[in-house]
Amino acid sequence: MRVLNQILAVTWLNIRNLSQRIGSSVVAVIGVAAVVLVFAAVLSMAKGFERTMISAGSEDTAIIMRSGSTSELNSGLSNDQTLIIANAPGVLKNGDATVMSAELYVVVDVKKKSSNTDANVPFRGVQPGAFDVRKDVAVTEGRMFEPGKNEIIVGRSAQQEFAGLDTGSRIRFGQTEWDIVGTFEAGGSVSESELWTDVRVLQGAYRRGNSFQSVRVKLQSEDSLNELEAALEEDPRISPDVMTEKEYYSGQAEPMSQFIKLIGYPLTVLMAIGAVFGALNSMYSSVSVRGKEIATLRALGFGPTSILFSTMIESTLLALVGGVLGGAVAYLVFNGLQVSTLNGASFSQVVFDFAVTGDLLVDGLYASLIIGAFGGLFPAVRAARLPVAQALREL
Amino acid sequence: MKYFRLVWKNVWRKKIRTSLTILSVFVAFLLFALLSGIGYAFKGGVDVADAERLIVIHKVSLINPLPMSYLNRIASDDGVHSVTHASWFGGFYQEPRNQFGQFPVEPQAYFDMYPEFNIPDEQLEAFKRNRTGAVVGQELATTYGWEIGDRIPIQATIWTKADGGRTWEFDLEGIFSSDDPRGSTALMLFQHDYFEEARAFAKGTVGWYVLRVASGADPIQVASAIDLQFANSPNETKTSTEAAFAQSFMKQYGNIALIVTLILGAVFFTLLLVSGNTMSQSVRERISELAVLKTLGFGDRAVLGIVLSESVLIMLMGGLLGLGLGWVLVQGIAQQMAAFLPGVFLSPTAIAGAVAMMIGAGILAGIFPALKAMRLSIVDALARA
Repeated sequence: MRVLNQILAVTWLNIRNLSQRIGSSVVAVIGVAAVVLVFAAVLSMAKGFERTMISAGSEDTAIIMRSGSTSELNSGLSNDQTLIIANAPGVLKNGDATVMSAELYVVVDVKKKSSNTDANVPFRGVQPGAFDVRKDVAVTEGRMFEPGKNEIIVGRSAQQEFAGLDTGSRIRFGQTEWDIVGTFEAGGSVSESELWTDVRVLQGAYRRGNSFQSVRVKLQSEDSLNELEAALEEDPRISPDVMTEKEYYSGQAEPMSQFIKLIGYPLTVLMAIGAVFGALNSMYSSVSVRGKEIATLRALGFGPTSILFSTMIESTLLALVGGVLGGAVAYLVFNGLQVSTLNGASFSQVVFDFAVTGDLLVDGLYASLIIGAFGGLFPAVRAARLPVAQALREL
Repeated sequence: MKYFRLVWKNVWRKKIRTSLTILSVFVAFLLFALLSGIGYAFKGGVDVADAERLIVIHKVSLINPLPMSYLNRIASDDGVHSVTHASWFGGFYQEPRNQFGQFPVEPQAYFDMYPEFNIPDEQLEAFKRNRTGAVVGQELATTYGWEIGDRIPIQATIWTKADGGRTWEFDLEGIFSSDDPRGSTALMLFQHDYFEEARAFAKGTVGWYVLRVASGADPIQVASAIDLQFANSPNETKTSTEAAFAQSFMKQYGNIALIVTLILGAVFFTLLLVSGNTMSQSVRERISELAVLKTLGFGDRAVLGIVLSESVLIMLMGGLLGLGLGWVLVQGIAQQMAAFLPGVFLSPTAIAGAVAMMIGAGILAGIFPALKAMRLSIVDALARA
């Protein structure tokens, strides 16, 4: 108990005279803040990307593509094959009709607002069931496209990110002109990066005959997937890849988020090492400036343990302040920042927001505590071992 | 220079403090080297692009194919020296994560179009003779340990064969390298004739055309003439220089350069603070000593120079070490990631920029303490001590 009181007393003393060492303390704080800022900024990109991709997928929607195609863009299914899927076991029916949407997925060049350069924007032909197989999709502005007409509805994110997609405007892709008649939202998911039209119209415009690229069906329950998969595997007329929509989008998100993490974590570790050097520097100078003070305390009867811990606590507190600062700046600047990137797996743009999540901030604080502890350890040992008589004489 | 020993002694007066500062500078420049090496890959080979090569793609999107019949029509245009085509195969080797560029091409015409790719004549001949032959770049051959004579199965994700199969097998007939160390060779080429014959659909089309403009012709004019020629046809084209094409493609990834710059900015700001703080501390501690120097007859400028050289020296020691290690690591990363992210390279411009930043940061960090040292009045300084 006496040691604890001593530690508190010395720590309080250190904190009160921090202002005398403001320069090096601020440097240590900013060093740690920069680490946490970069950590949170880079990884919030991966988080935001994952969230956009994964929130699109539901567990009770199956997506069926031609076997071996890694994305919808590469797949191909004939009209007959979509009918086989419609009549397969395990799919949810609404009356006689299967809840499904056979879709075509192409890419069109539209200019990105931020850079004014062409970007591969996904253009999807859907059937009316598209709104039933996906969750939370709704037209929020204008109206739904009319089947058979060259009309488009645009995802909210795509509209914000790419030029010329406002409701009411007209856009030309190749030989065909399209009227943009509405905007839809899909809970911030990847669908909002897309343009939608009637699949029949898109087939015509892209000379795809009567072919599709993917089929989404609502499952009777999450367990029906195996039943559906087994039935389709046995059918000689179709060789499909069957997976839940959630699986599909997780797979699509993986390469990009892996890449960001591959860069992000080593970057943070390296920067953290740099910040440890900064913290060490500042704590060493704090100890050397307070040499006389520490010696006096020792002479008054404060033990080496209390000196050791108080120095450690000071360094950890400084680092924590840095961590909070860095996290706050990251949150204010990056959270919700909308960007778009080319998702290699689907060869098309995904619009997403940076997500500075709570667990990222907590990880950042852990990192700052570790930096603070390492930065304080050696200077604290030195302070505790300071030869009292010599230190008093020196000054 | 004659004060070097004095500067050197001063630098090492506080060994721990100086070592820590050098280490943080070291880390900062190590980061710089790594980030600019990776950032370079996102420039997409703009630096190696040939100004006289044009790329012709479908106007709607790169994924839309162009008719084969365009080859002769482009070839007969004024200002076109030669033209060839390639397509996107998009398969993978063994596992879906092993993706790299695979292009069906006309072997002779392709290597004529890309003179920077070197392939031994007998290997090119063997490639031309073997319908199911393929050649790969050195980077790919190293990554997957391929040797000439190997049979390489590629799983198609798009192109099923007419017989329903998805595995395309190729005989490796040659390995090419690039003249330019910045250019990626993570590429596999095989015969368009075989591709055309065996694929199940889209026969009679190609992915894109590459052409070389005749000497003296203006690439921009040639490009617009080609686009005009196909305007209002079902397959309109978009022709751009290789550099513009590479740039606009890489821009699709978003502003990676900006993100890298922001991170580096944060790192450098911190670095400046750390070293600036160290410098001003060491000047503060040595005020009486500097006064003695001046008493001995060192001029204001000499004192300024000594203090500045100290901080520049610290920066250079840490910075060059970090840059050196970064350079070694970038070579390793470039080799490791050749297939996934080709073109990782630490450019001479980046190295020169880094050295300039070391000197600049050294001067910035040292200038205020140095000015303070220079303006020191001898009497005051000695009195304070």
